[in-house]
Amino acid sequence: MNRITACFDRCLGLGRKVLIPFVTAGDPNREVTVPLMHEMVNAGADLIELGVPFSDPMADGPTIQRSSERALEKNTSIHHVLEMVAIFRQQDAITPVVLMGYLNPIENMGAEHFVAAAVKAGVDGVLTVDLPPEEGEEFEQFCEQHDLAPIYLLAPTSTEARIGKIARSARGFIYYVSVKGVTGSQVPDVAEVAAKIETIRQQSKLPIGVGFGIRDAASAAAIGGCADAVVVGSVLVSRMEALQQTPEQIPAAIGGILAEMRKALDEL
Amino acid sequence: MEQDVSNQWNEQPDERGHFGVYGGIFAPETLMAPLQALTEGYNHYRKDAGFIRELDEDLQHYVGRPSPLYHAERWSERLGGAQIWLKREDLNHTGAHKVNNTIGQALLAKRMGKTRIIAETGAGQHGVATATVAARLGLECVVYMGAVDIVRQKLNVYRMKLLGAKVVPVTSGSKTLKDALNEAMRDWVTNVDNTFYIIGTVAGPHPYPLLVRDFQAIIGREAREQIQQQAGQLPDALIACVGGGSNAMGLFYPFLADEQVSLYGVEAAGHGLESGKHAAPLNAGKPGVLHGNRTYIMEDENGQIIETHSISAGLDYPGVGPEHAWLKDEGRAQYVAVDDQEALQGFHDLTRIEGILPALESSHALAYATQLAPTMKSDQHIIVNLSGRGDKDIHTVAEIEGVEV
Repeated sequence: MNRITACFDRCLGLGRKVLIPFVTAGDPNREVTVPLMHEMVNAGADLIELGVPFSDPMADGPTIQRSSERALEKNTSIHHVLEMVAIFRQQDAITPVVLMGYLNPIENMGAEHFVAAAVKAGVDGVLTVDLPPEEGEEFEQFCEQHDLAPIYLLAPTSTEARIGKIARSARGFIYYVSVKGVTGSQVPDVAEVAAKIETIRQQSKLPIGVGFGIRDAASAAAIGGCADAVVVGSVLVSRMEALQQTPEQIPAAIGGILAEMRKALDEL
Repeated sequence: MEQDVSNQWNEQPDERGHFGVYGGIFAPETLMAPLQALTEGYNHYRKDAGFIRELDEDLQHYVGRPSPLYHAERWSERLGGAQIWLKREDLNHTGAHKVNNTIGQALLAKRMGKTRIIAETGAGQHGVATATVAARLGLECVVYMGAVDIVRQKLNVYRMKLLGAKVVPVTSGSKTLKDALNEAMRDWVTNVDNTFYIIGTVAGPHPYPLLVRDFQAIIGREAREQIQQQAGQLPDALIACVGGGSNAMGLFYPFLADEQVSLYGVEAAGHGLESGKHAAPLNAGKPGVLHGNRTYIMEDENGQIIETHSISAGLDYPGVGPEHAWLKDEGRAQYVAVDDQEALQGFHDLTRIEGILPALESSHALAYATQLAPTMKSDQHIIVNLSGRGDKDIHTVAEIEGVEV
């Protein structure tokens, strides 16, 4: 069974909300990422979303764009990201890892080659922000052959017809973008999010993660009240930006933020 | 007007915006519904008599169309070959071809009930053309512009401000056109309910390459009629500069079915193709995905988009419209490149010989005409798209030549 499905089965079976941190691989340097991944798991993360840096991240806000720029300044390529996952896997065979990024670096490597290499490195899912299912048929076939989960976003603007289409293409879990906006934008309206989640559940049995705009334990708990998983990114990435001159302090600082969120989610 | 010829060249894109393997919709989920709404809105209004009438009237009385097709006799004689005809898009209101598209998209925005217009701009021509139509329609207007381009094109920045637009400097990435496009996309993702994004070129996710081409195709429709009236025949070749490629696509499209007409798109070779410092994805790039469509792009060995270079801010873009990518692969159009120096020479030649000050973008097309014309006979005809006027570039040229203005 794919590690993502196993993770959701295990957590939800225990009544545990799935906590998903996002960090950009290679930010602020390539040495930080793997120790940081382990520390995040120790602090209560259940699944890790690892950003693959891209020069033109048009769906991301300034915080995550700057993290991409820092990673690219250190020449972090998609090959390095796969190496990091392989090293992480030497000590952690359970925590699922989902890569999040844009299509061009994947196409540059060759989509099929990328999928095979990602699975070999221990990647469990891929969220390609600018690859909607309409253009993703071939990519989905490669994913299916290699048991890599294509993760898709749904947004407040997604129509019922699109929810149905994405429900058929998605594997692992569905990532609901809680606000109209880029990463790191305003706090979502929890009632609106809950209503949309109910609409999605009518068309998909997959667990639903919610992200964009979750910045502390309170907002994590609010969203955790209606979603199966909470994705937290920009707040971690801005903390890392503040600590970029002292990268050795990053794992503990990020672990601290996640531990608070973990506690709030467990008290639900 | 004479019946347009039609064949397989006119049948692109398909329903989902593909020109062969290029184009498509590679956009974040939040934009899928608004892109669909835009496609539906456009498909409705393109056939709506009231919309067509309003557009035609604006093009005639506000833009000043049809633009002349001018026989550059003195220059043709100097070059000693084909007869060169200039399609005078520089004479349009706001000084470039860009307004053909912004008028069309702004009318669409108004009919679709949007109250806020956003745009990206490189040289500032599209930004000015957008701010102009927004002012006239009383719509709020925000223009995203790379911080580097803001310095290069001070005059246009001030023009936009005079027109009531807010110009937002973009300081991420290479601080040029591509980054302005990223930032405009982000704005649109955030404000989709009331905002219409006017893309300035034939790139971006479907339906933009289609609708920008259609609004710009007035250039080619007029030129095709004018050349037959004035020269008594179809041209042998068309030449247009290609950044994103909207002026070229607008000129080429009505001639695509005339297979005897050679099409030349001219990219910016910057410091030279071999230097790596250029903006010529069709000449030196490869297929990839950028800004919502599959096309030729400039990327490094890891698929990161690389910074481009051109003397002309309007050509300084690492991608190109997907229909050009398709026309290249199909062999229907040829894409060549001229460098900064050659473009500057074209700028001076036209100014001194014909008394017309061309934009540095258009100067690339002129520079290629100086290479092509002498290889042709004097009873052959070339149409060069003079896509914009050069007033905005006077400071750039003066600076390069060490002159204080």
